[in-house]
Amino acid sequence: MLAYFLRRVALTIPTFLALMFLTFVAIRLVPGDPVEVRVGERSMSPERLAYFRHELGLDQPVWKQFLDYVWRLAHGDFGVSLSSQQKVLTEFLTLFPATLELSFFAMLLAIAVGVPAGAFAAVKRGGVYDQALMTISLFGYSMPIFWWGLLLIMFVSVRLGLLPVSGRIDLINYSFDQPTGFMTIDALMSDQQGAFFDALRHLVLPAIVLGTVPLAVIARMTRSSMLEVLNEDYVRTARAKGLAPRRVIGVHALRNALLPVVTVIGLSVSGLMAGAVLTETIFSWPGVGYWLIDSIGRRDYPALQGGVLLISTVVIGVNLIVDLVYGVIDPRIRHGR
Amino acid sequence: MAADAAALTTPIGEDATAVLAQPSPLASFWAAFRENRGAVFGLAVFGLVVMLALAANVVAPHSPIEQFRDAVRAPPVWEVGGSWRFVLGTDGDGHDMLSRLIFGARVSLFIGLSVMCVSFVIGVTLGLAAAMTGPILDVAITRLMDLILAVPSLVLAVLVVAVLGPSLANTIIAVTIVYLPQYVRLTRASALGELSKDYVTAARVAGVGPFRLAYSTVLPNCLAPLIVQAALGVSSAILEAAGLGFLGLGAQPPTPEWGTMLADSREFIRSDPWIVTLPGLAILVTVLAINLTGDGLRDALDPKMRRG
Repeated sequence: MLAYFLRRVALTIPTFLALMFLTFVAIRLVPGDPVEVRVGERSMSPERLAYFRHELGLDQPVWKQFLDYVWRLAHGDFGVSLSSQQKVLTEFLTLFPATLELSFFAMLLAIAVGVPAGAFAAVKRGGVYDQALMTISLFGYSMPIFWWGLLLIMFVSVRLGLLPVSGRIDLINYSFDQPTGFMTIDALMSDQQGAFFDALRHLVLPAIVLGTVPLAVIARMTRSSMLEVLNEDYVRTARAKGLAPRRVIGVHALRNALLPVVTVIGLSVSGLMAGAVLTETIFSWPGVGYWLIDSIGRRDYPALQGGVLLISTVVIGVNLIVDLVYGVIDPRIRHGR
Repeated sequence: MAADAAALTTPIGEDATAVLAQPSPLASFWAAFRENRGAVFGLAVFGLVVMLALAANVVAPHSPIEQFRDAVRAPPVWEVGGSWRFVLGTDGDGHDMLSRLIFGARVSLFIGLSVMCVSFVIGVTLGLAAAMTGPILDVAITRLMDLILAVPSLVLAVLVVAVLGPSLANTIIAVTIVYLPQYVRLTRASALGELSKDYVTAARVAGVGPFRLAYSTVLPNCLAPLIVQAALGVSSAILEAAGLGFLGLGAQPPTPEWGTMLADSREFIRSDPWIVTLPGLAILVTVLAINLTGDGLRDALDPKMRRG
């Protein structure tokens, strides 16, 4: 077990190194004088240019610059944002709970709706419901989610006036400390009347938009995995010994059908982060995706560099955890290559 | 017995003589593909989009970049104040929506198809190289693909565009990089599966060179899943490119790219909903048509993966 853990952890090291190399090279490829790109000033005097060139280590050989970069990253130094003068890591950690909260509710929606919908379709295979679900899910994963978000804003928020257009909470009516960064939790702890409900209202549309593609994928996956399981001997045995159909499907079949679904959920973290960039942009949701796009507009390359690195680290980390959990659940993965 | 024989030779609705002779691969593929009505419908819609794209110069009533100063944000024909001059209305700069949507099909299909072709060719080459040339290259290629997969698709595309600058060409480069690993992994996995088979050993013994072994012995037997991947890859590429366009990092205005058209549409949500609705609808219809076709391709090419 320990050997498997160590091997799996060791496998991520080359990926990390390559990731550092990628972001290191990327910022060097930005057109323009490297000093001006990094300091964010144009047409500096030669003395100032030389000063920063030395300060940033740009007068060193390239291989040494890379080693310096890796060294700094290993010590948690992801650089300083040009526009806010804050540490990139600090800025990321302040904004990340917003993205995490949004992703959590999106996945919650996708699982809570997708799993029962897919399981029901498998049981009623070939029927009207099954066909309708398959069609809807095809729409779901063909959907340009940025447009879907605009449509929802247009109908639900503007026409019907049901839900807020943007942001995480109504800032005019509510203000409280945010020790956790998760608006729903902070609102609950603030004991301001209605704050929690308002935070939830702000979450509905973004969570629907971000959850649409995973919902479609999970529904399809549950359906096909359920279809396979329903033909297994143990399901036939459960039926034959006279268990209620609800129990056969809900306990014996669904529980086994969920394993591949859990894999899909683990794998969708990368897709969630990509979707969060679009969703946060549409709803002005102050998370890391919005921040990343914003930093491009401000030509804040250190923030962009650190942001890409940190978001990818999250993805690699989650995938690693999923793999390790699998090793615990399923010995075949641990021992196989 | 006689009844059995008759049943074997005359399937429903087919000419008996055509079945006795071995049907050509294309004919048997088409017969299987045709079973899936959704796929045929998808293919028809996709065909229509392709025709519109090709004939854009003839079909479009106006130039996609001409600004009609006298008719800014004109409503579509079915709304109050709409006219047949601008059937689907005009946008915030007075561009004719219909013409932009038609020319947009050209841009989106160009992006989708070129991303697919380039990543297919490079991906297959890298995948075959990884599977067949020994462990060093294999590890190097596999790790590189792991890296690309570790960065969320749109984040990687955003990084590439932020560095290279936003343009149509750089969109294609960025999206190609993002979708490369899928082809590499698929090719590598199926090539590894084929390499242990007898016909490959036979070809090796017969003295077939490595290049020919890779491309004309092994590759044709790996093609089925790759073709499905390529079809679905076109729709993913279109979506990804439109996403970049929406973020203002794709094709730049006045290029009539569907995602770019949506980028500034937010301000018209209250007043002029057609400016927001139509470009997204075009993306959805195109992507849906390609995905339907792709599903049909999978069912027809790979009987194992046929859905229940």
